[in-house]
Amino acid sequence: MYVAVKGGERAIDNAHRLLAEARRGDSQTPELSLAQIDQQLALAVDRVMTEGSVYDRELAALAIKQARGDLIEAIFLLRAYRTTLPRLAVSSPIDTGRMTVRRRISATFKDLPGGQVLGPTFDYTHRLLDFALAAGGGGTEPVATQPGDAAPAEGMPKVASLLDAEGLIEQEAPDAEDASVGDLTREPLEFPADRDLRLQNLARGDEGFLLALAYSTQRGFGRNHPFAGEIRMGEVEIEIVPPELGFPVVIGEVTLTECEMVNQFKGSKTEPPQFTRGYGLACGEAERKAMAMALVDRSLRAEELGEEATAPAQDEEFVLMHSDNVEASGFLQHLKLPHYVDFQAELVMVRQMRAQAGAAGDTTDE
Amino acid sequence: MRTPEAARVDPSPATETDPPLLTADGVTRWYGHRLGCRDVAFMLWPGEVLGIVGESGSGKTTLLDCLSGRLSPTAGHVVYRGEDGDAVDIFALPESRRRLLQRTEWGIVRQNPRDGLRMGVSAGANIGERLMAAGWRHYGDIRGSADEWLQRVEIDGDRIDDRPVTFSGGMQQRLQIARNLVTRPRLVFMDEPTGGLDVSVQARLLDLLRGLVAEFGLAAVIVTHDLAVVRLLAHRLMVMQGGAVVESGLTDQVLDDPQHPYTQLLVSSVLQA
Amino acid sequence: MSEAAAVQSTGYNFAYLDEQTKRMIRRAILKAIAVPGYQVPFASREMPLPFGWGTGGIQVTAAIIGADDRLKVIDQGADDTTNAVSIRRFFARTAGVATTTRTTDATLIQTRHRVPETPLGPHQILVYQVPIPEPLRWLEAREAETRRMHGLADYGVMHVKLYEDIAQHGRIATGYDYPVQVGQRYIMAPSPIPKFDNPKMDRCPALQLFGAGREKRIYAVPPHTPVKSLDFEDHPFSVETWSKRCSLCGAGDSYLDEVIMDDTGRRMFVCSDTDYCAERRAAGHRGEGDGA
Repeated sequence: MYVAVKGGERAIDNAHRLLAEARRGDSQTPELSLAQIDQQLALAVDRVMTEGSVYDRELAALAIKQARGDLIEAIFLLRAYRTTLPRLAVSSPIDTGRMTVRRRISATFKDLPGGQVLGPTFDYTHRLLDFALAAGGGGTEPVATQPGDAAPAEGMPKVASLLDAEGLIEQEAPDAEDASVGDLTREPLEFPADRDLRLQNLARGDEGFLLALAYSTQRGFGRNHPFAGEIRMGEVEIEIVPPELGFPVVIGEVTLTECEMVNQFKGSKTEPPQFTRGYGLACGEAERKAMAMALVDRSLRAEELGEEATAPAQDEEFVLMHSDNVEASGFLQHLKLPHYVDFQAELVMVRQMRAQAGAAGDTTDE
Repeated sequence: MRTPEAARVDPSPATETDPPLLTADGVTRWYGHRLGCRDVAFMLWPGEVLGIVGESGSGKTTLLDCLSGRLSPTAGHVVYRGEDGDAVDIFALPESRRRLLQRTEWGIVRQNPRDGLRMGVSAGANIGERLMAAGWRHYGDIRGSADEWLQRVEIDGDRIDDRPVTFSGGMQQRLQIARNLVTRPRLVFMDEPTGGLDVSVQARLLDLLRGLVAEFGLAAVIVTHDLAVVRLLAHRLMVMQGGAVVESGLTDQVLDDPQHPYTQLLVSSVLQA
Repeated sequence: MSEAAAVQSTGYNFAYLDEQTKRMIRRAILKAIAVPGYQVPFASREMPLPFGWGTGGIQVTAAIIGADDRLKVIDQGADDTTNAVSIRRFFARTAGVATTTRTTDATLIQTRHRVPETPLGPHQILVYQVPIPEPLRWLEAREAETRRMHGLADYGVMHVKLYEDIAQHGRIATGYDYPVQVGQRYIMAPSPIPKFDNPKMDRCPALQLFGAGREKRIYAVPPHTPVKSLDFEDHPFSVETWSKRCSLCGAGDSYLDEVIMDDTGRRMFVCSDTDYCAERRAAGHRGEGDGA
């Protein structure tokens, strides 16, 4: 005799137990500590913080550990935690011009005030597997950090401001002091979206998605002639102005990667040619993400700049609605949920239609 | 089928005293600092066909988009006198009313039938859409009407369930016309209705259009660069150059005795061609 | 468990969401009730369950659930499918509310893909999980355009789809998520319930709320609101019928799931609504496949 499927509860419990076991792996192998993840898988932590929208290395490390190294799952864990956090204050705008710079490069000028600072980068490494690392050896000897290596940025003006001084780049007027900045985690996104919301969406967006979109613009689907005006990475202070004090107080320091793309603009009848900007910002060391974000930001400005918008990367609704990997991953994977009621409806329909097609001359409906 | 002469009845003095169907007044459209069209004014009476000719870039399509409510003019007014007798400034109407007009009392035939058709659904559904939007809810009636209109535009009735992608360019354009005329509009806007078709197909389409315009007493505004089209269909003609109307009048008058140098050039280039 | 106790045991607020978020969601719900069938945008939160797995329904439930509610959660009509279990546990843990599998006992029912067979009453609220709230989405991909179409009640294209079905298949070939018109105004997606359930929505005495988390929309059908399934006069809306009855309880009026019994293709039909089936059997009804 048939008994309707039962035991969902027990199945879930068992699955959770198996997951815990698989997460831990062979118990002979020492368990990872959060500090190890933070220190040695630092770029994974950076990505999870950026797309998870929470700057907290320890929580991100925990999420990575709990997610067995699945970064999108880890981002999801962090986001679900973030949503429960109270909002205590809104910081003053950060000033990346005052960044303590660890890396700063410009592809547009060979030399510039403050110079090029390579910092820790994969850029000029040969991608050869280093078997010394596998053997537990040290690989390359770490350099002792020179006191002058991390440069306070006073002597490093932003490249955009150099162009600005000549009027070669579009003006970017700061918003009024009391202007509100949108927050798509508090208000639903509506179209057309303003640039603040677009940038927020891109900052939270999936790195792979943004990378592919940015790449598509480079290959001609909405080409916008970018130059990496400046990429800088380092530490920036976060300030808030408590209402009871009325003056800014530093509450901490975060590592950020910022990319300002300089893009060609051929000008119009009324405006002379000048350069335009695309902007990218990510938590930690996330250069690929920041650059991709800057290219896509510039692409999404097509309409504002009077360019013909034909490519996917220029389509605001397409980009913003599909950039979030927590949303995309959830919906994709929901296909695993039972659909047998809907499938039954289809089954009944297809059978009836086939029966109808078989019965010649019968045209009654259902 | 009537002869061209019979179909092309000039507005009689009696209709001149009737209120106009469509009035354009000072219609101007700028795209930033580039001019689309400037200071266009005319009146169109019921049953009258107005041709607008000019080379590409002369502003005729911009003007048509303004007249048909799809593009807001930078300045000027477009007033339409509806079936209910009220004259309304179409850009003062809420968008819902304007869309309702566009799918009931007006028709809009685009140059590329792909822009005016739903390519993913059958010919019958393409014709039926306006009926359904107007509230028809009887499948058999909708299908009957679609069938009737396919025949009117000389498309075989057994193509009713085929998608327009399987149709030739000429058939697609005729289907677009059927889709627009099925609700018996009072005013039709056509943008290069014969553009992109080869000559023999053009002739058949023109013939069809002329018959339908006469049969239903349609008023129409036809934009074209092809003087043969307006000679056959239009009662009156406006010639545009650089966004402005340089000459207007009765079609035969303008074409046989052009006054403006640009019109003279247009007419002579056709003669040479 | 009291609200305070729930907070203490989980470290989270009662029913997980913070009170500010709940207020925001309640405002959206009120607006949705005021404009039946209209999709109200809301700032959907990340939830500890994945998007697409009922986050919209969970947020609606979390915003309206009270300590004295009795919650029932079903998926595909059943209380014991994994996702229903998971969501019911979530609220048992974070809100400490009583749960039930009995439709008549529940004050709040969260559902995925079914409306219970047992008629709902005025004291009940049905919360639907919605994957794609936009009924026009498959006809028009762009949100900006579909919102305009709703605003202008420009719905001709919806009937084009139905016309096309009849022209191609001789019938309206939509089996689930069958579009409806609510209160003679908005066209609405009823979520992927089988069209068999559509008539239950019409003038239902219970409040029906719809939550789409990933798409960030909430909409509602207030009690006693007319809900009409779209159709043509000469091709009226009709629902699935089975020649079989439920093998367990003998019901001939419920939505049946088809169960394949063995690899020779032997199959039987059982109620998709597990509570309805169990209640009938408790009342002594038997089907042909039971007790044999």
